Amino acid sequence: MSDALLQVRNLSVDYLLDKGVFNAVKDVSFDIGRGELFGLAGESGRGKSTIAYAITRLAKPPAWVAGGEILLDGQDLLRMPERALQSVRWRRIGMVFQSAMNSLNPLMRVEAQFYDVLHRHTGASREKSRARAEEMFRLVGIPVDRLSNYPYQFSGGMRQRIVIAICLALSPELIIMDEPTTALDVVVQREILEQVVDLQKSHGFSVLFITHDLHLMAQICHRIGVMLKGELVEVGEVRQVSRAPVHDYTRRLWSAIPSLPSIEHREESPA
Amino acid sequence: MNAIPDLTQAKTVNASPVIALDGITRSFGLVQALRGVSFSLVPGRALALVGESGCGKTTCARIIARMDQPTSGDMLFRGANVTATGSAAQERAYRRAVQMVFQDPFASLNPVFSIAHHLVRPLKLHGHVKGRSGAADGVDALLESVGLDPILTAHKFPHELSGGQRQRVNIARALAVQPEVLIADEPTSMLDVSIRLGILELLSRIKRERNLALLYITHDIAMAAHVAEEIVVMFAGQMVEWGDTNAVITDPRHPYTKLLLSAVPDPYQPFVPGESARFLAHAEEIRRLSRPASDGVEKVGPNHFVRQPGDAG
Repeated sequence: MSDALLQVRNLSVDYLLDKGVFNAVKDVSFDIGRGELFGLAGESGRGKSTIAYAITRLAKPPAWVAGGEILLDGQDLLRMPERALQSVRWRRIGMVFQSAMNSLNPLMRVEAQFYDVLHRHTGASREKSRARAEEMFRLVGIPVDRLSNYPYQFSGGMRQRIVIAICLALSPELIIMDEPTTALDVVVQREILEQVVDLQKSHGFSVLFITHDLHLMAQICHRIGVMLKGELVEVGEVRQVSRAPVHDYTRRLWSAIPSLPSIEHREESPA
Repeated sequence: MNAIPDLTQAKTVNASPVIALDGITRSFGLVQALRGVSFSLVPGRALALVGESGCGKTTCARIIARMDQPTSGDMLFRGANVTATGSAAQERAYRRAVQMVFQDPFASLNPVFSIAHHLVRPLKLHGHVKGRSGAADGVDALLESVGLDPILTAHKFPHELSGGQRQRVNIARALAVQPEVLIADEPTSMLDVSIRLGILELLSRIKRERNLALLYITHDIAMAAHVAEEIVVMFAGQMVEWGDTNAVITDPRHPYTKLLLSAVPDPYQPFVPGESARFLAHAEEIRRLSRPASDGVEKVGPNHFVRQPGDAG
């Protein structure tokens, strides 16, 4: 793991509550390699999203990063001045959240939202931004003439693809996807995630993929980490975590997913 | 653990339907949300409506729950036509018989009232309990029946419970009315994967114990297979394939059903880079073929029907 893009070292995040301190993330360490799809699994309230927020330093009080390091190419994001951080967010680390419907501005045409991001971060002109936006729309398979539409004119799946397209427009090195398809139906989910796998291959960015659906995660990721009560209880290659989970909780997560009889048969007799 | 419900047992019951839809359509302006939907709900059996967002599943539920009226078609309740709004007494009887559990457990409980309050109200309104101690006993029994500890839960407020616990309270609230039909609209889609099975098992159990007719609405066909004896796959307001769960899951005939089944996450089939364009085109083609209206229905098994794709030209 010498070629790690992101190194999380002994990260602890606390929530300061009236009743005292809640340790949401306890001494968590993991690496994400260049071009690697890394998944964080676990139920809600297990600290997955808190880690995502800590990496982008979006954790707001009462969340408090109590200790540890988050190194991007060796630079500690946690100790970076706010101004320098501006050149990291979106430029080097993109984010796609669960409710894409809410992360696009309903009053702006999609084209203008591309311009907003591209102009702010690269100083691109209207023409340049338009060209880049067209390129990105082609990439995610949405007709270019729809750039002048408003978000409400797109379906939920398309809006999520637009958010991914805006994210990709700045060619980030790492994209954090926090439950990117949980609100969508299974066919649309597969359409989007197959596309992410494709784009990852062609563009070479790294992905931190967060979900509670282990089956889905196993289809996409190279390596998986499992969170339980703020601790990372298991990290390994997909094959190992899916076929021979070491931790009890990982096994429980696997068996908790309703699956089709055809899939179940294979679970009983792993090939 | 994930076995398909045993059909042999249910078949011997052969009860008459509580609710039957016959050729129900619903249009919103130019949009035809439902184009001739017919199915029936039978006591002690679960029927799952499966399809993508916007296919008409929830419109169906709203019509059955009397929150919406069909544009045409008939709805029968215990054999009587109830399509048009009846007298106040008839409406009350209908609503007592048909209860709903909503998708969002975080929005469907009132944050300023305790859990006990949520359950006492329907118990009293429908005259199922008398007096203070009767109400308290009723609440305790309801909470226990949905797997919650009455002593720990009754006095709490919604924000003190997890999503799964809140959904259990919602189910208890619906049960307080002592309905014959329970409509569950995506009851687990906002919950963690690991909590979903518990809720599904709870629904199956109360269906069995109380001989309820259950309408289960979901976009996840794996979930539908887990809970229901019968499945109806919908697309663009039409039923495209329906019948016994076992038949539909193991021998899908309609291309859209096959697409739905293929999209269920399978951990042993990782996505192959370079395949996305193909899958996208494939899914789009199936949607195009499945969209046109069609009257051709083929019977492919004892209780297994498929709609012939219409003219997509």
